[in-house]
Order: sequence, then structure tokens, then C-alpha cells
Amino acid sequence: MFDVISDRFDGIFRRLRSRGKLSADDVEEVAREIRRALLEADVNVRVVKDFVNRIKERATGSEVAQSLSPAQQVIKIVHEELAVTLGGTTGHLSSSAKPPEVIVLVGLQGAGKTTAAAKLAYYLEQQENKRVLLVAADLQRPAAVEQLQVLGQNISVPVFTQPTTPEEVAVAGRQEAERLGRNVVIIDTAGRLQIDDDLMEELNQLCKKVVPDDVLLVLDSMTGQAAVDVAQSFRAQVGLTGLVMTKLDGDTRGGAALSVKEVTGLPILFAGVGETTKDFEAFHPDRMASRILGMGDALTLIEKAEVAFDAEATARAQERMAEGLFTLEDFLDQMQQVRKMGPLSSVMGMLPGVPKELRQAEVDESQLGNIEAIIYSMTPAERKDPSIINGSRRRRIALGSGTSTQAVNGLLKQFTMMRQMMRQMNGAKSKRKGGKGRRGVGVDIPGFDLSGLDIPRPPGA
Amino acid sequence: MGEESEDHVKRRRLRERMVKSRAPFSELRRRWHARKIDEEVWDELEETLLLADVGPTTTARLLEAVRSRVGKESLADGINEVLAQAICAQLEENSTSRSLVFDEGTTNVWMLVGVNGVGKTTTAAKLAAREQLAGRSVLLAAADTFRAAAAEQLGIWADQLGIEVIRGQDRGDPGAVAFDAVQAAVARNIDLVVVDTAGRLHNKKNLMEELAKVSRVVQRTSALLSEVLLVLDATTGQNGLAQAREFVARAGVTGVVLTKVDGAAKGGIVLAIESELNVPVKLLGVGEAVEDLVVFDPHDFAAALVE
Repeated sequence: MFDVISDRFDGIFRRLRSRGKLSADDVEEVAREIRRALLEADVNVRVVKDFVNRIKERATGSEVAQSLSPAQQVIKIVHEELAVTLGGTTGHLSSSAKPPEVIVLVGLQGAGKTTAAAKLAYYLEQQENKRVLLVAADLQRPAAVEQLQVLGQNISVPVFTQPTTPEEVAVAGRQEAERLGRNVVIIDTAGRLQIDDDLMEELNQLCKKVVPDDVLLVLDSMTGQAAVDVAQSFRAQVGLTGLVMTKLDGDTRGGAALSVKEVTGLPILFAGVGETTKDFEAFHPDRMASRILGMGDALTLIEKAEVAFDAEATARAQERMAEGLFTLEDFLDQMQQVRKMGPLSSVMGMLPGVPKELRQAEVDESQLGNIEAIIYSMTPAERKDPSIINGSRRRRIALGSGTSTQAVNGLLKQFTMMRQMMRQMNGAKSKRKGGKGRRGVGVDIPGFDLSGLDIPRPPGA
Repeated sequence: MGEESEDHVKRRRLRERMVKSRAPFSELRRRWHARKIDEEVWDELEETLLLADVGPTTTARLLEAVRSRVGKESLADGINEVLAQAICAQLEENSTSRSLVFDEGTTNVWMLVGVNGVGKTTTAAKLAAREQLAGRSVLLAAADTFRAAAAEQLGIWADQLGIEVIRGQDRGDPGAVAFDAVQAAVARNIDLVVVDTAGRLHNKKNLMEELAKVSRVVQRTSALLSEVLLVLDATTGQNGLAQAREFVARAGVTGVVLTKVDGAAKGGIVLAIESELNVPVKLLGVGEAVEDLVVFDPHDFAAALVE
């Protein structure tokens, strides 16, 4: 997500980094580029205007003459301003004094309310141990009720509905939750245009009757300039407590998130990031700013890595790597650690400085499965010293893993190459020690140090 | 002739519904009465185009075109008309015909593609109804086997319209559904099959490949795949261009259906899509009712945007 806007800033900053000092002309040029990048990213025109003016003011002011290089200074300013605009902290659902907690999802047609309802239900059940009742109050769109019923069934969350009116369904749904002892009610409503006064009034009445703790606007992250108007209208007419951004796994630059946050001040609570019901996560506004700046979502990655990585195993492997003792067993270990962090494609997307082509390339997960199978089909001795693998061993391994001898050969060849590269890298690292700063691919911002995090990469990735 | 006047009625309704979207321009016109065109006028004109999701590149080009047509001492009064002309001129540069391709004497297949939530299923129903009304025999293919209850949604529409719909297994192969539907239509001499496909984000390689496969499967039959229509939500911002680019490249899109044009969103991104990809906008979805589908007319679109 936000990949393209990152690329854009990458381009600007690459030029900036190659210069010594920042002149007034430079500031103007950066401001023009930032304006254009933000407009291309669908940030609202008026938000862009304010944003760019703030940057210009701060960049041309006294702050530039600090200890950082001028380019670093501008990056820092843009980063700070983006973070301020997106909102400082992660938002939370309002906690209800008396259960059930009632959440109403509203939005335009096709924003993804029904899908988001199921995803949110799953998220709350899994992450917060809630017991959710889904209420299908979209009686407008054909088969919307059935859609929610199917989704509910897939995640084993009950779905309530009745063929009356949206308002009655919502009220009865709340009572049903009390009866069933469910502590969260998520009400899916029909999509409506913010300019449709009748339907907006209907929603307003529904909310008055059911007294929700949260009314969340579900917003398509591909929305253009209209996002601000949509959010403002829903807020004025129905009252909103937060937002859910959907379809963030697309390549949209997602400026809508920035605009809506700036104009309404409403927190963005969740993000829909994939096709399946579990592809739903808390939205981290502070991290998003780093992401826009081309740093990848380093923080999310570090957090995931912390959970997934067995620190001891990693240290052991690193030691072995340094000594040139890296075996297929270590390799398997590392690969499994990475896979624990999630699908490889999403891990790659979060690495800062990974080229766009690589980020968008879809990694063939089934190939990783093959590699695992091949290594599992080896004896411990073979895993320690692959050089003993002769022709007949190869055939046995291929048969055992259900692959081919070519696949086994391929893996062995790649492993040998990798081990060679590791030796070279380790050699180079020790030589460079104490030299001038690392020429990394990411943006150098103080406070973000990824060097401690060694991400092993399986061959072919 | 009958259809023509009907379209006029629909267009009037469209314009009525777009009143809210026209507000900024009407406002400008009042404020600019008897005023010379200065930088402030240009700035506001630019802002209004950007707010319509026209995008910075196309906006700059359109303003350049307007600049070359107005004199230094011109008054700002007529400037929206000049802008409308510039928009219209750009739309008319597109050499591809805006009418839907239908080859008489064989079974035609029109396939609907697009990202999630743009209105493909509703558009499929509207298209089928429209062609049925024009006297063609129509079959619907529910090749969205992914989204829960998508086939039911199309089925409910089909029941209302009295049109048969061919369905497959949930999570089944969409190519197989399309193939079965087209084969059935060919066997029964049906004029047109409208294929609804699952929404997919254009950056998902595997899903785009699946779509290419559906179209290959259809092309293996004796029917003619005469339209692949990209359904585009009018609230979409600049990402619409990326969507169009990928769907054109991977699915061979032949035209665009701009949906939800009944809202405050203006769908200005289609200007960029037309000029960069030379893919014409063919239809507009202007409401939730089955008859709310109208032919795209450059003059009307430009006028509705600028008036």
C-alpha cells in the first residue's frame, strides 16, 4: 500500500540527496513535486495546499541550518508533517459500559461494508476474544443478506436478519445479541450516496434507535477527491466515530486516508488488506507516514519479526553464517522463520528500499513448500554436508519429496551459491567496519535502524 | 427512434442528478461576472478540475488548451464554456466508436471486468435488460464464483427480468462457467451472453491471469467476444488510470462503463483514461434501477461537468 506515493518521494529525495545545500529554488522545486505527488495520490486539493505551505514555511525557515544535511532536514519535515496529518496514535473502538457493544458500518455502495463487517467480526473474535453477532440490515442490495450469511458461516459467527425494515432489523439484532449473550453487535447497512437525503435520514433514524457505540465509515482507499465530502456528509448527518479503509492491498496511493484524517480528524481504525476474511488489521497512522516516505513499513515488520523470530535460533544461524558453517538445516530453519511472519509477498512489501518490481512480484509460495519437502527428504548427514549427495541420493530425495531430480539439483546449486555469497558478504562487512556510513537503499532517518534485523531470503525470492 | 428519445429523457435525468456536482462551476460563473481572467481565476479553475478527479496532468493540459483560446483581455464570463469545449474536443479525438459492438448472425459475448465494488453485477443486469428491450435474446453468466452470494445477486436480478442465468459452483472455475454459458447460448441460438466476473484488484497478477483465461476460454467457442467492458466507479480517483491500464493490457478491454454517476463524484479520471489508453467510455450508470444505464455522450458529459 502507498507504494506509488513512496516511489514518488523516493525520486524527489534521491535528487535532493545528491546536492550539498538546499537553496530557495530547491525548496520551491520540492514543494512543486510534493504538491504534484500528493495530487496524483488523490489527496484533496485543499489539504494539499495547506500541507505544501506548511512544508515550505518550515523548510525555508531557520530549521534548515541545523546539524542534519539540508536534504535530511526536508525529509524529516515532510515525515513529521505527514505523521501529524495522518494522526499521531492508533485509534480504538469506543468501549461500551454495558454490553453489547454496538458497531454500525456505513458508506457508499461498493465500499466493502459487508466484507468489512465479516472481517471486523473475525478480527474482534480472534484478537480481542469478543463474541460477535453480525446483523444484516442491508435489505436494499439483492443477496446482500445471503452474502453476509455465507461470510458469517465461514468464520462461525452467527448472523441475524429479518425481512422488515433496516431500523427494525438493527433494533431486533441488538436484542438478539443480549439474548444470546454476544458482547459485540456489528450492523451492516445498505450502501447509500451522501447526497441522498431520504436514505441518509433512514440511517440517522436507525442510529438514533439502536444507539451505537461506534459508527464507522467504510471508505474505499481508491476514492478520489470525493472522499472528504463523503466523510463530512456522513459525519454531519449520521455522526461518525471512525473509519475503515478498504482495498488497501491495491496499488492506490491512498491519499483519501490523508485527506479525510486532516479534514474530519476522525481516526482511521482498521484497514482491509486482502481477499480473505483474515486480511484485516489495525491501521497505524504513525507508521503510514514512514511508508509514504519510502521507508517501507519498517515498524510493522520489526514487530512481526519480533513475534515470529526465535531470537536464539537467529543468533545461532548468524554465528554459523559468519563461520561459513551454514547448512541446509539452518537454511530450512530461517525459511520457516520468515514464513511465520506471513505470506512472503506481504513481508516483501514491508521491507524498505525493496524495488517496486520486486515488491509487486508475486512470490510463488508453493515453491517454498517444494524446497521444504526436498530438505525434509534428506538425511541429517546430507543436510549438514550436501556434497555427499550423489546421483542415487538425488533420485531418492526427488522421489521422497515428490519433486524431480532437476528440482533437487536446482536447490543444491542455489544453496551453494548462497553460501558463497554469504562468505563474501561476511568478508566485506568486516573490512568495511568503521568506514563511512552504509550506502543503503532506504532513506536514512535517525531513529530507524534496520541493521540489527537480518532478513534471510530463500533463493529465488 | 424510440430508444433515442428515451436516452434523451435519461440524459436529462442525469443532468438533474448532477446538479450538485455542477455547483462549483455555477458558483464560479456568478463570481466571475464581468471580471478579467487573472491568475486567481486560473487557480480556481484548476482547483475545480482537480476536485472533479481530472488529475494534475490532464488538468494542466486542459487549462493550456483554454489559455490558447482566450485572449489576454477576455472576460472570465464565458470561460466555463470554453473549458467544456476543450473537454469535448479531447473526448472527440478518440477515434474508437462509442457504440457497443454487436455482430449480427452469431452469438456475441460481452464480458464485464473491474476491481471490487464498482458495480459489475448491477451493470450486468442493466445491460441484459437493455438488450432484451432492444429485442435481443440474452443469457447471463454468473462467472463471479468468488464473492459470497454474487451469483444469488445476479440470480435475483435475472428473475426480475425473466432472463436465464447460468451459474457454477461456489469457488469454482469462472472459465468453466463462462464456457458452459456460451456453449448453451450457441446451441440455442441466443444473441448475447453477458458475463459477470469477480472483482479483482488490478495488481494481483494471478487474478488478472485468471481473467485472461476466461477470455481465452470464451474465444475458443464459436461465439464472438465482442466487448470486454471495464466497469469503473465514478468516485475513483487517479488509481482509475492504473486500473484501466492493467485491465486493457491483461483483459483486452474495449470500452468503459462509468458507474455511480448519480452522486457528487464526477469521474474526471475518464479523461485521462481516454487520452492515454484510447479506450472509449461507452455507458454511464446513473442510478440503482435497472433502466439507469445511458449512452455516454461527450457533449453531455462535458456540459454536465462544466455548466
